[in-house]
Amino acid sequence: MEKKETEKLTIDQTQYTTRLSSRFAGRKQYAPPVPGRICSFIPGTVVEVLVSEGDTVNEGDDIVILDAMKMKNRLKSHIAGRVASINVKPGDRVTKGAVMVEIV
Amino acid sequence: MALERKIRELKEKREKMLLGGGEEAIGKQKAMGKNTARERIMAILDDDTFNEYDMFVEHDARDFGMDKKHLPSDGVVIGTGTVHGNPVAIFAQDFTVAGGSLGLMHSRKITKIMDHALQMRIPLIGINDSGGARIQEGVNSLAGYGEIFFRNTISSGVIPQISVILGPCAGGAVYSPALTDFVFVVENISKMFITGPEVIKTVLGEEISMEALGGARVHCEVSGNAHFFAMSEDECFSQIKRLISFLPRNNQVRAAVIETLPPKSTYDINKIVPGDPTLPYDVREVIRAVVDDSDFFEIQEMYARNMVIGFGRMGGRTAGFVANQPMEMAGVLDVDSSDKAARFIRYCDAFSIPLITFVDLPGYLPGVDQEHAGVIRHGAKVLYAYSEATVPKLTVILRKAYGGGYIAMSSRHLRADFVFAWPTAEIAVMGPEGAANIIFRKEITTAANPDEVRRQKVEEYKEKFANPYVAASRGYVDAVIEPSETRRLLLHGLEVSENKDIQMPWKKHGIPPF
Repeated sequence: MEKKETEKLTIDQTQYTTRLSSRFAGRKQYAPPVPGRICSFIPGTVVEVLVSEGDTVNEGDDIVILDAMKMKNRLKSHIAGRVASINVKPGDRVTKGAVMVEIV
Repeated sequence: MALERKIRELKEKREKMLLGGGEEAIGKQKAMGKNTARERIMAILDDDTFNEYDMFVEHDARDFGMDKKHLPSDGVVIGTGTVHGNPVAIFAQDFTVAGGSLGLMHSRKITKIMDHALQMRIPLIGINDSGGARIQEGVNSLAGYGEIFFRNTISSGVIPQISVILGPCAGGAVYSPALTDFVFVVENISKMFITGPEVIKTVLGEEISMEALGGARVHCEVSGNAHFFAMSEDECFSQIKRLISFLPRNNQVRAAVIETLPPKSTYDINKIVPGDPTLPYDVREVIRAVVDDSDFFEIQEMYARNMVIGFGRMGGRTAGFVANQPMEMAGVLDVDSSDKAARFIRYCDAFSIPLITFVDLPGYLPGVDQEHAGVIRHGAKVLYAYSEATVPKLTVILRKAYGGGYIAMSSRHLRADFVFAWPTAEIAVMGPEGAANIIFRKEITTAANPDEVRRQKVEEYKEKFANPYVAASRGYVDAVIEPSETRRLLLHGLEVSENKDIQMPWKKHGIPPF
């Protein structure tokens, strides 16, 4: 077993001297979702971007078609607004959580 | 003379079968640091006790040129034998024959020995080394897997089931080990995954090696799918034999009782636990200071290390140990450690192995990732498992036992039979710092010197509540004991509860928070 250094862990305002697990050390900081961001919910390939920068869109409009898990997924806008930026083009492979289009 | 000829014929036929996939394939197997299927079985079983069945079984697949293919013993070896004199049923997939692929007859051999194991009420050991389904046999190989999974489930809690992964075990095949009690893996040899690196790359564009995806270390440290890690097959085989020595043959009998040996004098129980509840120590030292011969056999040593589980003997009889590990994550309960403990508690209960719990934890781990990962339902598993367990339950509270963590760790309220506490125990609703800050919030915030008042109030709370005597005054703790009395009281408690008998309300089965 590898010997790790002890660190501090605070629980209920008490500081404990202990080793931290890699799962704990590598945990992701929580970030609240931004409704205007069209993100890839799973990794996949961009088939088509249905809007251009500056377009006005309504809530529920299709924005991107993402090919993932043998499905062509239509990603819709959660808000009404204007397309501020497009970060992908057809054929791009995206990882999970990548911001593809931003609507403000 | 006809008989002699027939016997010679039989010997020749056997010899052919014993070669499996042939010299060349065996050479390849060896080059990978792997033993052959029959060598593995012999290494686990007592000398000269292996009896093989179904050696001459052959497939009768016709499609894709299979009618011209001869696969000795259809790529799997089955039989019975003994380990430390205890009968076991065993099967081993033979990678040298068509990559150990699973076809209809291959699976029928496995299910035959599984049926034997269940009906004879003896442990089952399965050695997995297979490329997966024999695609040429199509839906028949799927049927084969299904029949195996069904038997794993029906046998669960009746006979011990041990899976040994000594090669690839991919796709649906992984679900047989997952349904069994203990999974053994070996560095660089074991590979387990549902979808391999190739599929992951084409579908998701993520690149990962087989070892990083589903190697032995990953399953022992990260996924928790495996329970025992070894550097070589030989080390793995001795781990299996050691595990079996602790287990009963089935759920109707007890494990073998051996001679009682005292703990080794190198473990001084008075010197292991620091008085300051925020300081770490290795709780396994406490277990070794208490258990027969200081011999503790840890399970899932590398996974969720903030919880320690394993077998030892008390007075020569097998006991299951569960302990918070202050050395790792301050010994908190979290998603993984709850899962690990709960499953082990249910294992011990199923096989009538008494439970001894050592408590020293600050509570549940706070954090968004824990909450979102379902620490509520995972944490509930510990409560469920301890509550439903009817085996003798003995608890020793070493130091802190705060809040929900106190309740969960085999407390009186979940029907522990004996609850002992060391004088260093702090049984309270939460740690003194947190509690004082809530109870005396007004006094602290309105004071001219809040830090000074806070310090005073924390001290006040510590003095009054951070001890075992409040709980003892309500009978939640049966006795406050000196550390050096621990072994004697545990032995006595086990002796007293030897014939423990509790009737639970009739039910088909409960609904644990899976």
